[in-house]
Parts: sequence; structure tokens; C-alpha cells
Amino acid sequence: MLKILKYSFFDLMRSRWSYVYFAFYLLLGVVLLFLNNDLSKAVITLMNIIIVLVPLIGTIFGVMYYYNSKEFTELLLAQPLKRSSIFLGQYLGVAISLSMSLILGLGIPFIAYGLFKSNAIWDFSLLLVTGTFLTLIFTALAFNIALNNENKIKGFGYAILLWLFLAIIYDGLFLMSLVLFEDYPLDKLSLIGSMLNPIDLSRTLILLKLDISALLGYTGAVFKKFFGTNFGFIISFIILTIWVIFPVLRIVLKSKKKDF
Amino acid sequence: MKKLLFFLTAILMAYHTYTQNIEVCGTCSVPTLKKAISIAKDFDTILVKKGTYKEHDILVNKPLTIIGKNYPVIDGEQKGEIITVTSDNVTIDGLFIINVGTSYTEDYAAIRVRKSKNFVIQNLVLEKLFFGIYLEKSRDGKVFHNKIIGDAIEEYNSGNGIQLWYSKNIEIEHNFIQHVRDGIYLEFSDDCLIKNNVSANNLRYGLHFMFSNNDIYQDNIFEKNGAGVAVMFSKKIKMLNNIFKENWGTASYGMLLKEINDAEIMGNTFEENTIGINIEGSNRIVYKNNNFINNGWAVKVRGACYTNSFIENNFLYNSFDISYNSKINDNVFNKNYWTSYTGYDLDKDGIGDVPYRPVKLFSYIVNRTPETIILLRSLFIDIIDFSEKVSPVFTPDNLLDKNPLIKRITW
Repeated sequence: MLKILKYSFFDLMRSRWSYVYFAFYLLLGVVLLFLNNDLSKAVITLMNIIIVLVPLIGTIFGVMYYYNSKEFTELLLAQPLKRSSIFLGQYLGVAISLSMSLILGLGIPFIAYGLFKSNAIWDFSLLLVTGTFLTLIFTALAFNIALNNENKIKGFGYAILLWLFLAIIYDGLFLMSLVLFEDYPLDKLSLIGSMLNPIDLSRTLILLKLDISALLGYTGAVFKKFFGTNFGFIISFIILTIWVIFPVLRIVLKSKKKDF
Repeated sequence: MKKLLFFLTAILMAYHTYTQNIEVCGTCSVPTLKKAISIAKDFDTILVKKGTYKEHDILVNKPLTIIGKNYPVIDGEQKGEIITVTSDNVTIDGLFIINVGTSYTEDYAAIRVRKSKNFVIQNLVLEKLFFGIYLEKSRDGKVFHNKIIGDAIEEYNSGNGIQLWYSKNIEIEHNFIQHVRDGIYLEFSDDCLIKNNVSANNLRYGLHFMFSNNDIYQDNIFEKNGAGVAVMFSKKIKMLNNIFKENWGTASYGMLLKEINDAEIMGNTFEENTIGINIEGSNRIVYKNNNFINNGWAVKVRGACYTNSFIENNFLYNSFDISYNSKINDNVFNKNYWTSYTGYDLDKDGIGDVPYRPVKLFSYIVNRTPETIILLRSLFIDIIDFSEKVSPVFTPDNLLDKNPLIKRITW
């Protein structure tokens, strides 16, 4: 598995897209810091971008990589190798190279700006950790979609639909259900609703760390009580981890049964 | 010789009749303030030397000037009220008063002024207090340069720094008040001037008006209070050049206006408050040249607010600029600068060509269902805000700034 991981990782490291992705974050970080002159402000703007873009790029890139390297995969499948190690290796190769682009691309300008001397360092690390989680989750979901669909167009369509659902439509449904049931106590529902979607969960985690919590009023108090404690923090990360583990498990199971 | 003798006796008599100085110190013939007051005549000066005086219930019932040298300590030992002034023309200066008693039936104060005129209370330091300076049915007084540091923990068992009750024409200047319930509290008090005070870290309000009219407060700083300033049921109050800062918490705001009419709010800065101004049932108020910076809500309009005008204010980086809970709007927004304005200015006259809508759909939704705030900064919310901006359905469609400015206003 490690060998395949290495191959796909270096294959991707050499590819143009990794550089573009890396350069994009580098530019973003530099521009934000120069325009804002304020680390904590830049972290908020970054959050807006990360929770939308990272899942999108993770999904698209994952699907694209799977379809592109299909011939190579078939070649590997002819060798005496475990199927799970082939697919896991490829998955980890993509996910790790994307995470690296993210971490380095954003990390370098922020460190150059003096992150270690600032007290925004924890917010920033949280941002990077959730960004990495989102990459892992959405790449895994993308691999699932690609494994299920031989048709490229269909695969891409589903991938984009998945992103659209989790990033936008889910929030719409969530909002509608909250407005619809406004006569009932909603704090538990909103808590659960935001825990189920990894994008919402990351957003809430970062928002509460950035002390916007006071805006949230009574609901905020409930949320702060949950996410603000170590218990809530650990639970959120467990949920994010579950969001990684389940799609990855499905990759393994699906690839075992799949007829190539 | 005869002349000199006459002159000396004249001086001696004068000295005895009105300019008598009484010194109080631990080892003097007059060891307590109470005794000094009892032997003093009208318009005498009592000098209190440095030391600790364990006294309470000191009644000042003659027009006296009480001056502390090097901050003598008057320790009430938690037994009750410390100084009560009932006479006109009393000056109290330079005392360090601590340990006021706590009572739930009587509001014990460090200094209470009752039904008197022309008093001056200045340069005092008050610590470990219940109520600080309590002015009751008094008028034409001055409260200057006092430092009031409480240790209030809970609202129900703590008192206010400076409290005015049925008092008129009082000047409160350069006081420093912190850690009490309400920094300054005015109830039924008219024509007062509150200037250059710092009121911080108080449990409830930095400054609190109830049923008080024609007052002015200006150049004060209200910082990190439970809620900056509450102005309730009052008329014609001028609020000028104050700073409201970091009143941050789930139920906090910079300023609360409730049933306020004909007020002027000018030149104030509201920075990093959860809610900059919370308005309820307030009419004919002019908001001009205020800065709203980094607040959660810059202005939250709760309802029944008519004919208010917001002119030439800066709204900078607030999560929500204006929040409304109804579709009816009778307030005017004109020539403000909004950082979230995205229009253009083709004719270069400094005024945006497209009107700005300060109320976002999301703020309307949050007003209806507060739990939805959890979706703040979600992409979906940005999309619906945008579509509402293009064609307003839920927010009042006449609520707009027709002349939004392109550049931040300086004055």
C-alpha cells in the first residue's frame, strides 16, 4: 500500500494541478494578509473560503484522479496486489497531496507574517485541521462516487451534486426546518443538524472559536456549552473522523466486490 | 497700640465666627469626624488628617467643608451608611471611604446627600461599597473626580456607583467607576450633565437613565459592562461623543433605548459590541456622525420606532448593519457609509449611484427564529441575501439609503 501511495503521491506532486492548487492558496494567503493587515480578520475570511472551496476541490480532484488513472489501476489490478491497498494507496496519495498543498500554501505566508508571535495561532491551526479533515472526507466521498459510476459524466455530475448538497442545499433544508418548527424548542435540533454535515460542523467549530459566539444569543449559549467544552470538541472531531472512516471503509468493501 | 489691639480682636472674632478650622486626627483633641461635626459651627472647615477612622452614620447637618489630607480612611466596618449630608452648601473632599454596610431594606451608601443644594463631592475614593454616592431629592450639586471601585459579583445584592433620585441640575464629571451594578444611575433626575467619566466592568449598565429628562452625557467611555448604557422612558437626552466598547456577551449591547423620544445621538463610537444600539419604542431620534465598528448588530430595531433619522454615520465591518423585525419602516437612512456597500459611483460625486439596503434577509430570519443564527457565514445564506438584495420580498422595500457614501466620513 505504501508503495502505491508513494507512486500516486509523487505522480500528483509532479502534476500541474497540485502546483496550481498550492499557488492558489499561497496567493490567497499573501493577498489576504496584505489587504487586511490583521491576522484574526484574515482567519475569518479564510474560513469562508476554506469551507466552500476545500470540499469542492477535494470532490472534483478525487473524481478526476480516479478516472484519469483508471488504466494504471487496471494494470495494478493484474498484479498480485491486495485490492484494498491499491485503492487506499491511491486515495491517500490524492488526499495527502491536496492537504499538503493546503497546509503549505496557507502556512507559508502566515508564518512569514509572524503567526507564531500572534495569538491567532490556535484559530489558524484549527482552520488547517478542519481543512485537512474536509479534504480527507470529500476525496473519500469522491472515490466512492467514481467507483460506483463507470460513466465519467455521471460521476462528475454526482460529485458536483454531492458538493452542492452538503455545501448549499443542506443549509437550505436546515434553515427551512428551523423556520418551520420555530414554535418548538430548537436548540437540540440545530445542534444535531449542524453536527451531521461535515461542512456545517467545521464552520460552527471555527465560528465558535472566533468568538462570534456572543452573536448567537441563547442558541449560542447552548452551542458554546457544547462545543466550547473539551467534551464537545472531542465529539466534533470524533464525528469528523467517522466521516472519514465510513467512506474509506466503503472504498475498501466496494473495491473488493467490484468487477473491473 | 489701641488700633492694633482692636484689629487683633477683630481678627480673633472673625476667626471664631466663620473661618474656624477644626482638625481631626487620631491623637488630637478631636479624634473623630462625628465629634468635629458636633462642635463645628456653620461654614467651618474640618480638616481630617491621615489615619484610619472607624466611623459610620456620620450626619452632616450644617453647611461644612470637610477636607481629607492625604486620603484619610473612613472605615464603616460594614455597619451601615457612612456619611449622610442633610444640609445645603456642604463640600466633601479627599476622603478614602471603605466598607459600607449591605442591607436589602435600606440602600446604604458611602455618601448620601438628602434634600440639599449646592454640594460638592470631589476627589473621593470609595471601595468595598454597596451604594457609592447617593443623591436624593437634591439639586445644583457637583460630583467631580471620584474613584469608585466596587466588588460586585451578583446583581441582586450589589448597589450602584453614583445614584441620583429625584435630583436636578447635577454635574457629574471625571469620575472613574468600575465593578458595581450600575456605574451611574439616574432616576427621575432632570437637567444633569454627565461628562468625561469612565464606567467599566460593571455588572449591569455603565450608565442608566429612568424617567429622566433633558440630560446630557458626553465624552464618556463605557467599556466591558454587562450592557453599556440603558436609556429608558426619558425625553430630550443628548448623547454626544461617547465611546461604547467591548460590551460583548449573549445579552449585551452598547446602548439600549427604550421609550426614548426626541433624543440626539451624535459623534459616538460603538466598537465591538454584540449589539451596538438596541432600539425599542423610540421616536424622533437623530443619529448623526456615529461610528459603528465591528459590532455583531450595529443597530437592532425591535419595533414601534418612528421618524428616526440616521444621517452621515459610518457602518464599518458589522456582521449585521441594521436588523428589523417588521415590514413597516418610517425611519430615514441617508448619506451613511457602509462597508458592505457594493455599488458604484459613475459620476464621481462621492455618492453611490445604487441605493443600499442595510437590512439583510438573514437578519430578518434570525429575528424570527433566533436558532438560525447557526447558519451565519454559510454559502446558502450569502445566496439568499443576494437574491433578497436584488428584489426585496421580506424586508421593508422602502428601507434604503438612497445616497450611500463611497468613502468613510470624517468629521
